[in-house]
Amino acid sequence: MAKRDYSLLGPDAARAVENGLAAADWYHTDIPRKQMKALMKREDQPAIRDTMILFGAMFIFAAIGVALWPSWWSAPFWLAYGVLYGSAMDSRWHECGHGTPFRTAKYNDWVYQIASFCMVRNPVTWRWSHARHHTDTVIVGRDPEIVAMRPPALFRIFLNFFGILDAYNGWKRMLINATGKLGEEEASYIPETEHHKVVRVARIWVVIYAAVITVAVAMQSVLPLMIIGLPRLYGAWHHVMTGILQHAGLADNVIDHRLNSRTVYMNPISRFIYWNMNYHVEHHMFPMVPYHRLPELHALIKQDAPAANPSIFHAYKEVLPILLRQLTYHDDFLTRDLPSTARPYRTDLHESALGKAGPDMTTPNAVPAE
Amino acid sequence: MANWIDACAADDIDEEDVIRFDHNGRTFAIYRSPDDEYFCTDGLCTHEKIHLAEGLVMDHTIECPKHNGQFDYRTGEAMRAPVCVNLGTYPVKVERDRVLIEI
Repeated sequence: MAKRDYSLLGPDAARAVENGLAAADWYHTDIPRKQMKALMKREDQPAIRDTMILFGAMFIFAAIGVALWPSWWSAPFWLAYGVLYGSAMDSRWHECGHGTPFRTAKYNDWVYQIASFCMVRNPVTWRWSHARHHTDTVIVGRDPEIVAMRPPALFRIFLNFFGILDAYNGWKRMLINATGKLGEEEASYIPETEHHKVVRVARIWVVIYAAVITVAVAMQSVLPLMIIGLPRLYGAWHHVMTGILQHAGLADNVIDHRLNSRTVYMNPISRFIYWNMNYHVEHHMFPMVPYHRLPELHALIKQDAPAANPSIFHAYKEVLPILLRQLTYHDDFLTRDLPSTARPYRTDLHESALGKAGPDMTTPNAVPAE
Repeated sequence: MANWIDACAADDIDEEDVIRFDHNGRTFAIYRSPDDEYFCTDGLCTHEKIHLAEGLVMDHTIECPKHNGQFDYRTGEAMRAPVCVNLGTYPVKVERDRVLIEI
C-alpha cells in the first residue's frame, strides 16, 4: 500500500513532476468558441444583487443578535449571521479570487479582500495557493488544498466543521507573516515579488483584531468578537459540508476533472451560500465561467460528464463509506462512470480511475459509486 | 530587416476576440479590439504556459483561461495575479484584409 506524502516539498511532489502530472494538459469538453465566449462573458448585475442580499442579511442578523444579546433568543440570529460570515464568505473569497463574478475588476477585489479577512486567509498567499490547486487538482505533493487526504484525517475534518484548525492556522500564519516571515511551503508557490504584500495584509489584520479585542476587553463582553472573529468558527460548518464534496473519495493523480471532482445538485439556500460551486466539475474544467452561468454550462456538457449526485445527502452516502474505507485501504477510491456519449481521455493514464483493471493490476482499488 | 508574416484574414477574428497562430514552432495570439484594431502577443501565458487564445478578451485585456491572470494585450503588461511577467508583443498591420505580424 503506497504511503502518500502531501507536503509540497516531499518525494511525491518530485514524483508528480517526473511522471508529467505537474502542470499537465487537462481534459476539456469541446465547446464551440462562440458558445464559450457567451458563457465566459462578465456582467456586474447578478453579483451586485447577490452581494447586496448577503451584506444586507448579515447586517440585519447581526443587528437583531446585538439587540437580543445576551438572551438565548439571539442564538438563531447569530447562527444565521455566522453561516454568512464563516461559510458564504468562503465562496465569495473563491469566486472573487478568480475574478469572475463582477465585470468591474475593483468590485471583485473589494469583495475578495473582505471575504479573505472573514475566512482568515491571506488574500495574496491564497491566490497563489488556489492557482496551484487549479493547475494540479488533487495531484499528491502538488495541490496545497486537498481536504480529504489518504488516509483521511477525519478528526481534523470534524474540528473544521467548527473552523477550529483552519482558523487557528490562519491566525497563526497571520501573526508569523506580520513579523515579516513566510513559511517554507508558502514561499515555494508565492513569487518573491509578492512577499511584501503578504506581510502588509497580515499587519493590517493584526491591527483590526487588536482593535476588536481592545473593545471587547473595554466592554467586558465577548459581543464584539461575536461580530468579528468568532463567526469564522461557529459559522464554518456549511462551507466544510459542501467543500468536502468537491473531491473527497475520488481518484487522485489524474488529469481529468470528470474523475476527481464532483457535481452535486443542492437546494437554493445552499447554492446561494456556496455561489453555485456545487457545479464543481464544470468550475474546474472552465474556471472562466462566472458562478451564475454554471447551471447552463452544466446542461451543455452533461453528455460528456458523470451524472451529478442528486443531493447533499446522496453525495454523503457515497463519500462517508469510502472515507472510512480509506482509513485502512489508502489506495481505494470511488470511480466515476462516464456516459457512453462521453469522450475518453488519456485512458492509458486513467484505466484505474475509470474502474478498468489494467494488465498489471491485481488488486482492485477502484470502488464503483452507487 | 522586417519579417512580416501573413497570419490570417482580418475577418477571421471576431471583434473583441482572439485567435491562435502557430509559426515556425512558436505560438502567438492575435487580437481584434473592440475599436477594430489588431494586436499580437506571445501565445502562451507567462504563468503556466496556457494558450491565451482560449481565454476571454474584455476591452483591451486578455484573461488566461486557466488561472484568470490578465494582460493588456496592447502592451503585454501583466495586470492581475497570478501573472507577474509581461507578455512579448509584436507589431501588426492589416493590408488588403490580411493581418500581418512582424516577428
